[in-house]
Amino acid sequence: MRPVHIAGFAQLPHGLVDNRHDEGGMVRAVTAAALQEAGLGRDDVGFTCSGSSDYIMGRPFSFVMALDGIGAWPPIRESHVEMDGAWALYEAWVRLQHGDVDVALVYCFGKSSLGDVEAIYALQNDPYTIAPLGLDPMTAAALQARQLIARGLLTEREIAETVVNARRNGQSNAEVPAIETRSVEQLLAQPLVRDPLRAHDAARFTDGAAAIVLTVGGGGPRIAGIDHRIDSMNLGVRDLTLCNSARIAAERAGAHNIDAAELYVPYASQEKLLCAAMGLDPGVQINPSGGTLVAETPMVAGLVRIGEAARLIRSGAKRTLAHATAGPCLQQNLVCVLEEAP
Amino acid sequence: MKPVTEFRSPTKLTYTVSAGTVATEFLSAILQRRIVGRRCPVCTKVYVPPRPACPTCAALCEEPVELPETGTVTTFSVVRIPFPGQLLEPPYACAHVLLDGADVPLLHIVGGVDVNQVRMGLRVTAVWYEEPQPTLASIRYFTPNGEPDADYASFREHV
Ligand SMILES: [Zn+2]
Repeated sequence: MRPVHIAGFAQLPHGLVDNRHDEGGMVRAVTAAALQEAGLGRDDVGFTCSGSSDYIMGRPFSFVMALDGIGAWPPIRESHVEMDGAWALYEAWVRLQHGDVDVALVYCFGKSSLGDVEAIYALQNDPYTIAPLGLDPMTAAALQARQLIARGLLTEREIAETVVNARRNGQSNAEVPAIETRSVEQLLAQPLVRDPLRAHDAARFTDGAAAIVLTVGGGGPRIAGIDHRIDSMNLGVRDLTLCNSARIAAERAGAHNIDAAELYVPYASQEKLLCAAMGLDPGVQINPSGGTLVAETPMVAGLVRIGEAARLIRSGAKRTLAHATAGPCLQQNLVCVLEEAP
Repeated sequence: MKPVTEFRSPTKLTYTVSAGTVATEFLSAILQRRIVGRRCPVCTKVYVPPRPACPTCAALCEEPVELPETGTVTTFSVVRIPFPGQLLEPPYACAHVLLDGADVPLLHIVGGVDVNQVRMGLRVTAVWYEEPQPTLASIRYFTPNGEPDADYASFREHV
């Protein structure tokens, strides 16, 4: 494998509502900043890949509008995934393995404030059998949480503790909107909205964009391993107390000796399950940035996890793990393990 | 067994979309019957409708440029048959109008003239509706203004 490094990372400060930027403006801001951090210009980029969703942006071909932000002229080698930017990074990593390109630019953008994200995600279900029933992702997560609790793998208190930790860590993250800290008791006193889940157990949706510059060789945190797997879209055939796609992706990405991990946690009830599936020891620091419970920008939060895990390496960690997920009940999982440049 | 060929699964998504700073500037000007583009600081091209970043230079376009409501038809097509969703009654002329001082043409309608008179190089002026809304459709159409046709050479860089 060719050694691929994270040479630059930038994100727009995630806001609850961003009425200022359109696609091109968001993308222009983060790609210029990531290239600057990498010390590269756009002419150095050999491959560009983006992640976004027209359903989230509420307009067709929003990813084409976004190309204004990178100056795609003369025509460039470019690709797009209708997914989180973490999967765009995976495609760029594969492209760099071909051997003829040494620099790749990855970006993503999303605005949760335009529509109802849960209603949009509900449309990912099987169109013949599940989607007509209107199963929203939080209800699916509640079905999963109930099973975890019944099997003795999770308690309501642990769900609350996950929220407490995320909000505490989020206090030192200047790039997410302010969020109030809460005690476990305060959280458990809140009403149940999807029994056994409470409103604060869901990730807080935000608007934003992010970009990462990948280089073959050079400095910066190195991608030690990366893999992604997907479980069945039929919730009934899965054991929801396991997360096999995350387990296999973690094994193949080399999830051992991890100092800190940035996990994409759509619902607080899923964090402990993810840690168990990926074999993370209790000593591993989880979501020092605050994670998605503090700021989940759709199609962006996964790439941000990789960027945050890279920042942890830059500030002294030896080996970090970034995780991204999509689909109901952690259906699809991507794991990226980063280490210091040798 | 009879094959199932149809079932109902109504889906509705509602969005609250904002135009963003740059399109808001453009659409607010339309309300005052003004046309405002933006200039790229690198290649100096004037884009209308304006773009937040130059699509060829990736430079931020921050300078608004007031444009006249006169321009030149750089290409056109006469729509002669009806189709679903059509807003105007055929025949009518759909055209690229290069506003004076702009570097990219604006897609619009050429009206107030027999469609067989529409041609490349035709000089036109905007005709506005009485009460403009924040949409480019507030310009009813561009109509010939009587100036002599522009030479092809004068707009060949913009076709
Ligand atoms: Zn330019």
